[in-house]
Amino acid sequence: MKCRSCRGPAVIDLPRHNANFCGEHLVAFCREQVRRAIAEFEMLEEGDRVLVAVSGGKDSLALWDILDHLGYETTGLYIGLGIGDYSEDSAEFVRHFARERGAELLEVDLASRHGYDIPGAAQRTKRTPCSACGLSKRHIFDREALAGGHAAVATGHNLDDEAAVLFGNVLRWQLDYLARQRPVLPARDGLPRKVKPLVRLTERETAAYCIVSGIDYQVEECPMSAGNKHIGYKEALNDIEATSPGSKADFYLSFQRRAVQHFEQLGATAREALRTCTSCGAPSPSDTCAFCRLESMAGQPVELRSERTAIGDHATTTTGTMDET
Amino acid sequence: MAEAGPTGQDGRVLVKLRNPTRELVVEGPLQVSVLLRRLELNREAVLVIRNDELVAGDTRLDDGDTVEIRPVISGGA
Ligand code: SF4
Ligand SMILES: [Zn+2]
Ligand SMILES: [Zn+2]
Repeated sequence: MKCRSCRGPAVIDLPRHNANFCGEHLVAFCREQVRRAIAEFEMLEEGDRVLVAVSGGKDSLALWDILDHLGYETTGLYIGLGIGDYSEDSAEFVRHFARERGAELLEVDLASRHGYDIPGAAQRTKRTPCSACGLSKRHIFDREALAGGHAAVATGHNLDDEAAVLFGNVLRWQLDYLARQRPVLPARDGLPRKVKPLVRLTERETAAYCIVSGIDYQVEECPMSAGNKHIGYKEALNDIEATSPGSKADFYLSFQRRAVQHFEQLGATAREALRTCTSCGAPSPSDTCAFCRLESMAGQPVELRSERTAIGDHATTTTGTMDET
Repeated sequence: MAEAGPTGQDGRVLVKLRNPTRELVVEGPLQVSVLLRRLELNREAVLVIRNDELVAGDTRLDDGDTVEIRPVISGGA
């Protein structure tokens, strides 16, 4: 197999693009896919300051690396979820990445800053771990992006993630979710813009990007993800992809280009007017936002909490300069 | 008896898998794509790494090689 660009030996075959690439040209291909996604969906403006949500996994680290190379001013945001060894290891991958590049990394530790962790929150509230986790992450991304004056929050959702979610929403005709499944959500009511620049890359491609770029990422999965129904949807879509390459991209991108606007009209009435959370000041449909309710239900008494305030009340920041050439 | 390769076992191809972590030994030479088919793995769901380098589907694996089959499907929401 030969690289489509240089005819050298290929390290990966991408049937959906009818192409094979060597390491160097795979990297160029991935960056170009991200550039095109950002341009097509008008995610970012040239040189924007972007807060990149990083978990230590392949997608978020690839995203951080690619946005840097595309010339955005990035800051990584890592949230310590308190999920045992998994969280401890993931923090190390993120710190290592930031240290190697002299990149700016912001860390928020749930236990020391908010007095709870994800397993505890799931136990003390009726939420599943992933629901408590998703709520916590969204709230903290918003808060830190606004506090730091970032133009947008970028997350590492890839084509497989988004196609699987779309598949699930279509299976149950979740009109409200379909109306909101955009790769870019504009800023509104004091919430920052949210963008998903990896929607044109599969997870096999983001993993390959990391391997050929020497990005060490956490391969281990979060133990809370076992039994997640999206995995089944991903497998179903990959079975289709194996016999008809390009199906996943077509399913998701054609939805964005031709269908989502029809669902938006249906969903428009459902949007509630937002007030301000009396406790934290975040935009919220009720007096106390869902995050503050979670925090008060899941949080330990302050005496217990103080043992773990190593990081203190503010997000810790490691600053350096990007060694961009 | 065949001499053990630098990384492989008994001169055959050592295959490392995850979830659950396990190892198996197959007879070389064989193509990466054949190995994946034999293991009933969808090529969309994995990458194959030999000595820290990615290898494409048509790469021939030889006796003495050690390869990692790395899953790429993440489950988080
Ligand atoms: S699998 Fe669930 S609990 Fe684990 S990181 Fe993802 S959303 Fe959070
Ligand atoms: Zn090339
Ligand atoms: Zn609040």
